[in-house]
Amino acid sequence: MARTLKRSNAPIFWLLFGAGGLIAALIGPMLVYLSGIGGPLGIGVPEGMMSYPRMLAFSQHWAGKLFLFVVTTLILWHAALRIYHTLHDLGFHTGKVLTSSLYGLTLIFTLIAAYALLSVSF
Amino acid sequence: MSEQRMSAQRPYIRSTDGWWRDNPYYVRYMLREFSSLLVYAYGLVLLVGLVRLSQGEAAYDQWLEALRNPWALAFHGVMLLVLLYHTWSWFEIMPKTLPAIRLGGKRLSDGAINVIGLAAALVCCAALYGVALWLAR
Repeated sequence: MARTLKRSNAPIFWLLFGAGGLIAALIGPMLVYLSGIGGPLGIGVPEGMMSYPRMLAFSQHWAGKLFLFVVTTLILWHAALRIYHTLHDLGFHTGKVLTSSLYGLTLIFTLIAAYALLSVSF
Repeated sequence: MSEQRMSAQRPYIRSTDGWWRDNPYYVRYMLREFSSLLVYAYGLVLLVGLVRLSQGEAAYDQWLEALRNPWALAFHGVMLLVLLYHTWSWFEIMPKTLPAIRLGGKRLSDGAINVIGLAAALVCCAALYGVALWLAR
């Protein structure tokens, strides 16, 4: 064989997919309710749960920061791998260009999340 | 494949267009696959929230106000259903994705894994709700 076999990078993306999928399966429904329905409308939660001072304080605590970063980015990585396989199922040639744009974009979003969370200080 | 069918002028390329449309099982499979776009969109909503939070109170309040838009609420309503289905199916297939678990010489049954997984999700959701209430007390 002329070509040397390269180590596959697939396990990294599968790991991120699995971690994001597990988190989404465990807390996803409640997370969506809190962040998108109950929180903004103040239904079933204390008044002002998602107010700026509260969320700022939450994001300044190391645990809150870690939670927000892990949840936001792993959801994106989980969905990215699934979108990749959906495109494959639809007959798109999931070659280097598509893979690197999808995962590259998600990596940029991950860095943006990290930057936003670090810039609110501790 | 024989030489006659694979002529150099007209190679036979099997069409894969819409392969999933004729079988209800594959239609459900693809509906689930397409929901990955919604999940990505939800991740982006959270990401925008983090960015707006880092930009100050006025920016964050705009984001929060946008979430009260009927379209945003409808989106999150759909997301709630999508994620409930995700939770259900994640633990439904878990017996197939885990290596066999043996307890006291007996293999843990598929049904037991489903129930344990769903119970864990219930506990985690309740815990998240409890923590949110406690933090906002």
